[in-house]
Amino acid sequence: MKQIRISINGTEYHVAEHSNLAAVLMDKAIANRRSVTGEPRMAVCGMGSCGECRVTINQQAHQLACLQQCCEGMEVNCEP
Amino acid sequence: MSSVIIVGGGIVGCAVALELAQAGWQVTLIERDCLGSGATAAGMGHIVVMDEGEAQLKLTLFGQQLWQALTADHPQQHEYHACGTLWVATDAEEWDLVAEKAAVYQQYQIACEILDAAALYAHEPALRAGLVGGLLVPNDSVVYPPKSAVYLWQQAEKHGATLVYGEVTTIQTNYVQLNDGRQLSADAIVVANGQRCIDLLPELPIRAKRGQLVITERYPALIKHQLVELSYIKNAHASSGDSVAFNLQPRPNGQLLIGSSRQFDRTDRQIDQQLLSQMLRKAIDYVPALADVRCLRTWTGVRAASPDGLPMIGQHPERAGLWLNVGHEGLGITTALSSARLLADQMLQRPSHLAIQPYLPRSLQQEQPQ
Amino acid sequence: MSLNVVIVGAGPAGLAAAWSASQSNANVTLIDQADQAGGQIWRGGQGYAPKRYQHLFFQHTALQYRKQTHVLGASEQQLYLATPQGPQQLRYDRLILANGARELFLPFPGWTLPKVVGVGGLQALVKGGLPIVGKRVVIAGSGPLLIAVASQLKQRGAIIKAVVEQAPIAQLLRFGRSLVGHPTKMLQAAQSAQALANTPFYVNTWIIAAEGEGEVQQVQLSNGQRIECDYLACSWGLIANTELAQQLGCRLEQGFVVVDRSQHTSRDQVYAVGELTGIGGEDKAVIEGQIAGFVATGNYQAASQLAQQQAQAWQFSQQLAASFALRPELRQLAQANTIVCRCEDVTFGQLQSQPSWRSAKLQTRCGMGICQGRVCGGATQYLFGWSQDSVRFPIHSVSVADLVMESV
Repeated sequence: MKQIRISINGTEYHVAEHSNLAAVLMDKAIANRRSVTGEPRMAVCGMGSCGECRVTINQQAHQLACLQQCCEGMEVNCEP
Repeated sequence: MSSVIIVGGGIVGCAVALELAQAGWQVTLIERDCLGSGATAAGMGHIVVMDEGEAQLKLTLFGQQLWQALTADHPQQHEYHACGTLWVATDAEEWDLVAEKAAVYQQYQIACEILDAAALYAHEPALRAGLVGGLLVPNDSVVYPPKSAVYLWQQAEKHGATLVYGEVTTIQTNYVQLNDGRQLSADAIVVANGQRCIDLLPELPIRAKRGQLVITERYPALIKHQLVELSYIKNAHASSGDSVAFNLQPRPNGQLLIGSSRQFDRTDRQIDQQLLSQMLRKAIDYVPALADVRCLRTWTGVRAASPDGLPMIGQHPERAGLWLNVGHEGLGITTALSSARLLADQMLQRPSHLAIQPYLPRSLQQEQPQ
Repeated sequence: MSLNVVIVGAGPAGLAAAWSASQSNANVTLIDQADQAGGQIWRGGQGYAPKRYQHLFFQHTALQYRKQTHVLGASEQQLYLATPQGPQQLRYDRLILANGARELFLPFPGWTLPKVVGVGGLQALVKGGLPIVGKRVVIAGSGPLLIAVASQLKQRGAIIKAVVEQAPIAQLLRFGRSLVGHPTKMLQAAQSAQALANTPFYVNTWIIAAEGEGEVQQVQLSNGQRIECDYLACSWGLIANTELAQQLGCRLEQGFVVVDRSQHTSRDQVYAVGELTGIGGEDKAVIEGQIAGFVATGNYQAASQLAQQQAQAWQFSQQLAASFALRPELRQLAQANTIVCRCEDVTFGQLQSQPSWRSAKLQTRCGMGICQGRVCGGATQYLFGWSQDSVRFPIHSVSVADLVMESV
């Protein structure tokens, strides 16, 4: 499986091309977002319904990571 | 002790309930769904002093003062947000309007600040290039009306007011009939149910003016003030036809509310896609970054428009014991408290804060819509 | 002039509808939010579909597959789409809704911890590359999905610490008996049972809490047991994705779209198939999809030949609903401070005092976040009996630019 480079919160990672972004974040134990009361959250439904997996991709906020495949140079930012 | 039935548990009905309950009246409020769920929930919650005519200005100014007092103790209960209004001028003609508007505000000692282009962009860098300036009105604010309606009701309840869930089908002298057959009677009846007043009182010259809004996900840094186009007045108060006007509001939690539009006589809830697109094109034109902003939902709401744009506050011209507080058009939140006070002043026969004449329901024959 | 047949959803039902509709000279368009066809159950493409359904992936050349496309809403004979190229409108003569289902989530203490995921959700993430070899997984909730996913994950190297099904044994035995006469289902069940031979399987049992620092580390069961795990996959059955059907004004009953034997809804020229009409798995989806595709293109004879299978599939879905009905104890799992609406962090305590869904939305923001009630709506319906109000456009969140339609 071909490896590509993406950045998450400013750090570079090598991941399998076309892997699901929500799966990558979960595997690396990186929270996608912080809830209204500050809880860390990751993907839940895996199919674009719950919205918990939302992250900023290439400066566009509120993108659903579970509907995204990783591609070379993708820049991902999760809320601090 | 006098008794009163108030038809409609929106912001206006709840405000009237509190006024009369505080004065010692026995108040029964009738609501068909849940408090604050009609036009109260559909609008922008903008508390704004509007300068189209002296009567409107005085009513909205008085309303703003009452809101400031109401929200002072527990602003978070109303999600009060002192974001101010920024009227945006796109060309020389609108720049002249800025000066005119500022003059009117200054006459009434309403704080405002004229912004040239540099100042405008210092305040709101997200605005598109090429604008000429604007007028900042810092004391305008935003609340979340459904919660305010419930807050007002809870205060009224402390003074003994009661809430009845039901739909009023007819109003007779001193009593109302509900859809389940119940009859409730009182010394006085107040109709405060917005555009639906014409279901009960078809003789009233109230027309529906439907609006559509869009709410977005959270983008807290994008804008600071509620941004409104100056030709809002020109566009928003035509007496016929569909129109849109740029109106963008930052909610305290970072969501953005995008408006506004007007369609006469429509009360259904189906989104008019063409009008929505027009409204959004305009919004993107003013704030280009909006194009990429994520939208969660759209909805419609129905304003109640009177022929002269002022609410009808007072006795029904032809029926004793029947009072009206309807027709607030796009200023229902701003004028909810002031119109409720003016109505209560009349019902309680106490001196009124404002000269009441401009707001009295006039003889109905003169009021047929153009 | 060829009919324009538009099919929303490229899972088993949509693929089947496309296959049968394509046997006429209709212009068939198949729409899905994913890159590949297959929906949820066949996510990842035809490799995940059983042999007997492989042919559904070899479509007639007249078929257009619009991938990564969301249907935002509909008005008279036209759909509003968000596509990778921007917003578009699509006219239809016949519309077949195959939107499928999503999982029902119920709140319990700790359910918002990272790595507490849906059962289908975990399967989707693993198919998307989530490493699962050697990871300890508890699979809980209700429904045949639990066993299906547990066996698949075990085959991929996961350590299944437990499968926890809330239904009582009597209901499950009845379900087992109902599989007699459905040879493929029996085979599936037997294969799963074999794969899970050494896996602890608890029935009449449910999760009462998930615990951990920053992510789930152990779960507590209603039988008092605590099990350490890396992932908790938990859901309590499936809910039909009826949003588009509701936008179109189709009649619903008990959360499903009402259809006649032609799969026709109450709205002219609109059909509904698969999980939308009742949760019944891939076989029901394929049968109903085929029927709708034939009927929509006027091939009534081919449709009528499937009547018996259609009835059997319907029976199965009824049996499924009865066997895995949820128990009332599940309404007591949430504590006052347990979050119910995850988008806006609204707690069970805040919601208990609300008289209705609409009041809860307005006063607490429950259901007003990005999921628009897809998660909390199902939960509050079960917890409080609230029914949802109208579905607003756009059905899926999109950018402002994607809502700007060119003039028709």
